[in-house]
Amino acid sequence: MSLSTRHLSVGYHQKAIVKHIDLDLPEGKIIALLGPNGCGKSTLLKALARLLTPMQGEVQWQGKALHEIPSKQLARQLALLPQTQPIPEGIKVKDLVAYGRSPYTGFWGRTNQTDQDIIHQVMQETGISELAEQLVSELSGGQRQRVWLAMTLAQDTPYLLLDEPTTYMDLNHQVELMHLLRRLNQQGKTIITVLHDINQAARYCDHLIVMKEGQIIQQGLPSDVLTRELLKSVFSLEAQIHQDPIAKTPMCVVE
Amino acid sequence: MRLVSCFFILGFLTLLLIITNLLFGAVSVPLDTIVDAFLDHTNPNHFTIHEYRFPRIIIALLVGAMMALAGALVQGVIRNPLASPDILGVSHGAGLAAVIYMTFFPDAAIEWLPLVALLGSFLAAIVLWRLCGQHSTTVKLAITGVALAALYASCVDFLMLVKPLEINNALLWLTGSLWGRGWTQLSLLLPWLVLIPAALWLAKPLNLIHLGDEHATSLGTHTNAVRLAALAIAVGLTASCVAICGPIGFLGLVAPHLTRKLVGGRHQALLPATMLVGAILLLLADLVARTIDPPIELPAGIMTAIIGAPYFLWLLLRSK
Repeated sequence: MSLSTRHLSVGYHQKAIVKHIDLDLPEGKIIALLGPNGCGKSTLLKALARLLTPMQGEVQWQGKALHEIPSKQLARQLALLPQTQPIPEGIKVKDLVAYGRSPYTGFWGRTNQTDQDIIHQVMQETGISELAEQLVSELSGGQRQRVWLAMTLAQDTPYLLLDEPTTYMDLNHQVELMHLLRRLNQQGKTIITVLHDINQAARYCDHLIVMKEGQIIQQGLPSDVLTRELLKSVFSLEAQIHQDPIAKTPMCVVE
Repeated sequence: MRLVSCFFILGFLTLLLIITNLLFGAVSVPLDTIVDAFLDHTNPNHFTIHEYRFPRIIIALLVGAMMALAGALVQGVIRNPLASPDILGVSHGAGLAAVIYMTFFPDAAIEWLPLVALLGSFLAAIVLWRLCGQHSTTVKLAITGVALAALYASCVDFLMLVKPLEINNALLWLTGSLWGRGWTQLSLLLPWLVLIPAALWLAKPLNLIHLGDEHATSLGTHTNAVRLAALAIAVGLTASCVAICGPIGFLGLVAPHLTRKLVGGRHQALLPATMLVGAILLLLADLVARTIDPPIELPAGIMTAIIGAPYFLWLLLRSK
């Protein structure tokens, strides 16, 4: 297992939100972290991306604690798209995407041909090529979200961590994003994403991790995890599980 | 392409202002005799050019560049275009230290003044750092800095009221002036130039810090270390400038902001360009201050405040 946690407790201001979690994240899968608000899914994701320092235990990358690995080296393995993005002033789209190459460039940040090729490619994949010369601050919310995704992809890491990436997107862009994640997964990336929409997770992800009150309640294949009992105990939701007529994945319908 | 032409124009303006500053003043020196006046001891304008205008221009060039660079570093770290070394209370700390020195030791050697100012600005920075702690938010840092700056300023006012001796000297120094600055002051400034390459070395991590701590960390930046280094360099730059010229207000605020409009927010372009803009602004301010009513001179700090204060208000109103 490349990414795992050992007895991990983490939170804010001395208060643990994630409590004593031992977790191995399966490689090569699209993994969804699910759970009600405040269950600790975003906190866990941030700890995996070394944005939060564990109170107890540790996050390990290939058996080594994250803080023992040089930051720049780790930045070539794990990339994170946080939930909210700042709006940087006076930065062009192509420059922002190029910042994603920082873990590979020298002290002045000069990009070489390989960097340029990757920047070009991720801008095409995310459909923002025609925005290259525009300022990030002048884009719409949905466009901006795709630009930030492109920057994260330019980091070219085997692991991609996303915190509710579809939140500010129109429905068509949400679907596009989930398809893009699928393609990236087929190219070999492991994707770990916090999602709000259970049906979206069930349809596009291979492995669900369901959390409640800082603990992992259940994990595994969507068809194994999503049950009437789980939805009731975790989300306090009376719902039936049906089969998605197109994807044949489980789908919950609220009663 | 746009970037190259920006740098070309800024460089050209700098050169133009250097020459204009050499030519004009209480005495006008013809353009074709400038080189001769600089090199030849017997030239009637030799003293004006070599001892007076030339070192003063170089000081204006360096101080303008360094204060603007300090402002760009602070704005890069605080992530707020309203921030500047004035806001951190560093300049006012230096001012307070100098006024204390001048009022309590009126007979002491004036040569010590730069070092006292230097001590004051470093103390002000340390007080700010001690109050805010290593992990403070940028907003807390800025608000604490503003409060401290106001405190230092009122201490200065108080001292001037109760100890009106030597007040002229202190007043002149406090408004920020290039008057009477020559080779001696220039040589005091030179060692601090090493801070410029150190600041440029931070261009790439400053870009990433501009994206917020989450992105910066995820991209492999040690955010706290970069912040500390950038602020320390900014304090050093400000301290050395204030020590030579007194606090020249608004330069560190206005120059980086103007530059961001010209060349964008990438620090690889922003940092060098803001040094040129700062140099241009101070050379221009000093040119106007010297030539508006010769031989009487206004302090350059008053000129920068005349331009800077309305600009600051406009920024403040615009950012709601």
